[in-house]
Amino acid sequence: MPFDPPVRAEYEIALTPLADVPLERPLGLWHRIWQQGWLRKSVILLVLALLWELAARWQNNDLLLPSFSQTALAFVDGVVTGELPGKVWISLQVLLKGYLIGIVLSLILTTLAVSTQLGRDLLSTLTSMFNPLPAIALLPLALLWFGLGDNSLIFVLVHSVLWALTLNTYAGFLAVSDTLRMAGRNYGLRGVRFVLFILVPAALPSILAGLRIGWAFAWRTLIAAELVFGASSGKGGLGWYIFQNRNELYTDKVFAGLAMVTLIGLLVEHLGFNTIERLTVKRWGMQR
Amino acid sequence: MSSPVVEPAPLLQVDRVGLQYRSATAVVQATHDVSFDVYPADRFVLLGPSGCGKSSLLKAVGGFLPPAAGEIRLDGQIIRQPGPDRIVVFQEFDQLPPWKTVLQNVMFPLLASRTLGKREAAERATHYLDKVGLTRFADAYPHTLSGGMKARVAIARALAMQPKMLLMDEPFAALDALTRRKMQEELLTLWDEVRFTLLFVTHSIEEALVVGNRILLLSPHPGRVRAEINSHQYDLQSLGGVSFQETARRIHRLLFDENQPAAAPIHFQDVRFSY
Repeated sequence: MPFDPPVRAEYEIALTPLADVPLERPLGLWHRIWQQGWLRKSVILLVLALLWELAARWQNNDLLLPSFSQTALAFVDGVVTGELPGKVWISLQVLLKGYLIGIVLSLILTTLAVSTQLGRDLLSTLTSMFNPLPAIALLPLALLWFGLGDNSLIFVLVHSVLWALTLNTYAGFLAVSDTLRMAGRNYGLRGVRFVLFILVPAALPSILAGLRIGWAFAWRTLIAAELVFGASSGKGGLGWYIFQNRNELYTDKVFAGLAMVTLIGLLVEHLGFNTIERLTVKRWGMQR
Repeated sequence: MSSPVVEPAPLLQVDRVGLQYRSATAVVQATHDVSFDVYPADRFVLLGPSGCGKSSLLKAVGGFLPPAAGEIRLDGQIIRQPGPDRIVVFQEFDQLPPWKTVLQNVMFPLLASRTLGKREAAERATHYLDKVGLTRFADAYPHTLSGGMKARVAIARALAMQPKMLLMDEPFAALDALTRRKMQEELLTLWDEVRFTLLFVTHSIEEALVVGNRILLLSPHPGRVRAEINSHQYDLQSLGGVSFQETARRIHRLLFDENQPAAAPIHFQDVRFSY
């Protein structure tokens, strides 16, 4: 005997408009405050500074580990006298030159790679050869070729930016869906216009990731290069400031210089890249 | 229906076309010796089971896939590459660049093909957005829209180009059944107003009968022409009617029961739910 479900009476309900049920309610004040990313990150920074202060007090040796307050004083002092901003300006000028040249070269290389078979081979060969090569290892060679000066620095900077950015951009180009490519060709776009109007915006999340990595690589390379030979160029940057103060055992100034490096990193990350992301890929729903 | 005046010239001629796909290990024959003519204001449907090469045919007409044999002519000109005179509406939602708003998306082909200046493009885009009922969403980004709305944007974008032909590759297949029904209805209304020429690919017999005025049946693997059938007499109101069901059954027989003609009992359920 098969088991049948019972037959029940049908019914209909006439729906009246909902009046007293709110469709949304605001989050609590505390929730809303805690939603602010800058606040959460500031709390983290504060806790780190506190730990540092405690560790320095406990260690009690200014020469090895100056406290947070001492470093802050040296930092403020450096900023007020204009010494630190001057050094930063020198470093940033060189950095931006290298960074921009790297971006342009990378765009040319990836455009070649998406348009021709030979360009593709060139890109994969060059990146696999040079990407593992530390930029700083090229510095002696660069000094030989370009002499003591900004040009050598720019050369190693381009090297540190170019390959990371190229790898990311190309990977982003490859990930652009066939449908979008066909839509672009359907509109009559080809060549450079196709790359600029379809591939670059569609691959923007990867390109931004590449720009981020490139920026970090460039910073590291620049500071390291200045530590090695910053003096010889006559007007050293931030790396040279750190190196010089270590030689004279002004450890608090060394820390102030390092703090400046991290501070600039934080600023560029949050005011620069995060803003660009918020205005582009996040707004377009391409990235969470 | 119309009085017999001069026979109009076909807009699109597909002439003994063979299409091939090259995979890593083999060359796959997608279609063999396919010929058909599409006339202006036709709603011409390519219908067949999956693997019959109907999408490949549409891609070939779009200019994305050069024929291995035969030729395809639009207005007498052989098609060699993609171009804005044949706008394709794909099934996938990511055909709309996510970095452009709805309005910018509709303007994009007009600007990219240098058909119109910025202001004229904006005017025309607004006009066609109004036609598909999306004026309110002109400044929204595609990721905030529902599937049906994205399909509407894709259609508005195609119509705004005023192409010689509109190519649709299963445009409603990714939509839910209710939205699909609504979109079919809207497409027919738009056709009534604008009278564009449509080449429509589907694997749903029901959709083919409703949307098309003429249906080309393709056999599976490799695709060959099995029949051409008139369906101009059917619309959404004829769903479930006797003659509609008979034609659907006939198409089903032509597509699937080649070896045992009419002997096997055919359940209409198979037809209705085949997509």
